[in-house]
Amino acid sequence: MVKLISPARIWREKKAHYMLEGLRCKKCNSILYPPRPVCNKCSSRDLEPIRLPHEGKLISYTILHDTPYGFRSYAPLIIGIVELTNGVRVLATLTDVSSEEIRVGMEVEAVLRKIHDQGEYGPIAYALKFRPKIKSKSR
Amino acid sequence: MFELKKVYIVGIGLTKVGRHFDKGLKDLFAEAAWKAIEDAGNVDVEALVVGNETSSSLQDQDNLGAYLVYYCGLGKIPAWRAEAACGSGGAAVLTGYSLVASGLYDIVMVGGVEKLTDARTQDVAWALAKAAEAEYEAFYGASFASLNALIMKYYMDKYNVSRDEISEWPILMHENASQNPYAHLRFKVNREFVNKSRVIAYPLRLLDSSPISDGAAALILASEDVARKLTDTPILIAGVGAATDDIYIASRERLDSLMATILASQKAYKMAKVEPSSIDVAEVHDAFSILGILNLEDLGFAKKGEAAKLLYNGSFRPGDKPTVNPSGGLKARGHPVGATGVYQVAEVAMQLRGDFPGIKVSGAEVGLAQNIGGVGAFASVIILKR
Repeated sequence: MVKLISPARIWREKKAHYMLEGLRCKKCNSILYPPRPVCNKCSSRDLEPIRLPHEGKLISYTILHDTPYGFRSYAPLIIGIVELTNGVRVLATLTDVSSEEIRVGMEVEAVLRKIHDQGEYGPIAYALKFRPKIKSKSR
Repeated sequence: MFELKKVYIVGIGLTKVGRHFDKGLKDLFAEAAWKAIEDAGNVDVEALVVGNETSSSLQDQDNLGAYLVYYCGLGKIPAWRAEAACGSGGAAVLTGYSLVASGLYDIVMVGGVEKLTDARTQDVAWALAKAAEAEYEAFYGASFASLNALIMKYYMDKYNVSRDEISEWPILMHENASQNPYAHLRFKVNREFVNKSRVIAYPLRLLDSSPISDGAAALILASEDVARKLTDTPILIAGVGAATDDIYIASRERLDSLMATILASQKAYKMAKVEPSSIDVAEVHDAFSILGILNLEDLGFAKKGEAAKLLYNGSFRPGDKPTVNPSGGLKARGHPVGATGVYQVAEVAMQLRGDFPGIKVSGAEVGLAQNIGGVGAFASVIILKR
């Protein structure tokens, strides 16, 4: 079976997928990621967009050998939970790192990459992945 | 507030869990449904609620209530599907319970059915991955096993839990299932076999995972007046609870507990007026070893971070209180996804009636069934009393 890529569906979520844009609750300051229309802490609907930090550290990971359709060429796929520098946690795939190098606590940074595609002529889904933070980069 | 009517289990029907290449979804359900009807003394049921996750993806069949009523010859009764991923069975029992407790109906069938083995393993994984958040988890390539693996890695690191301690779960489940005639995997496994099994999603191995199973289960629920006329051993549904937690696991407050289980169990314990220490027998949702361990803590049978060590040192076995998963659990009884929650309630009810055909928990008075949908995004807890 083929996982269908809907360009409209990705487009609707583009700010989150491409820029890590979430929402900040103006009432209680909670940050919502993925973005959703109501604050899950205080139920306020007074929310404003906020760009989340593109750096963080890995707090858990798995090395997935049985990858789903559309992800076979990425096997083994490393998936992690990244705690961003402001404390928000996101699920992300890791890139530019091997199964041997991956460690809990590793500092990582977001980078735009291809996530999966739908065959030679089908649409391609892009989004952010995380890679080990490049040390030389100024902080 | 109006008072809920008492609801009893008066009929139970199960198929063997396993790979039924000779039986389709409708055949499996009809077998369980008619066993349950006969067990209840050939009653006419007034409504059917059926738990199922994948009929839409893998069997091209929606409208499952009408489909099953038609094939099972249940008349023109109202019928529909309850869906909460792998927690669909528990959701069906809760829905059926509510229909009788409210006084709307006197006799309701709740069932669960899943037919997975017509599909290839990759397709089954594709269907089950729909339990996760589609746009922010599955979109990135996360399979169901990989999400459980993230929780497992986090828990093992935080509480310094070893591979050997985790492996005790599948070893015990296989041992229990070896005596259960309904079980899918009726063989024992040793530590080496578990520890050397194939890695699916590090640190999660094949032997940490429940199998791909077909199966169907059905219960007949009845109001008090009707129940007393039908059977000498009605089993009371004494407490029910259900809750959800963030479907996106990364945003949860805790990664080392399933909050939905905690909330659901608090509600069920309160309603049944019992404590975790009152439970004689529990059937818990161990789709993966790590869930079995977390459940022991979230249900109040072990302190946070200690369940794996208690298990490793010999607790939760037949003869202990509680005896956990005498059926063999999802790990070895098998996991016919949307039917699993109904199997669990049926198994606990049989323990209380004294006619469970596998490992018996003798003298059991109070039992608990816990069913999970997704990686703890939904949970239900149902407490039964003799």
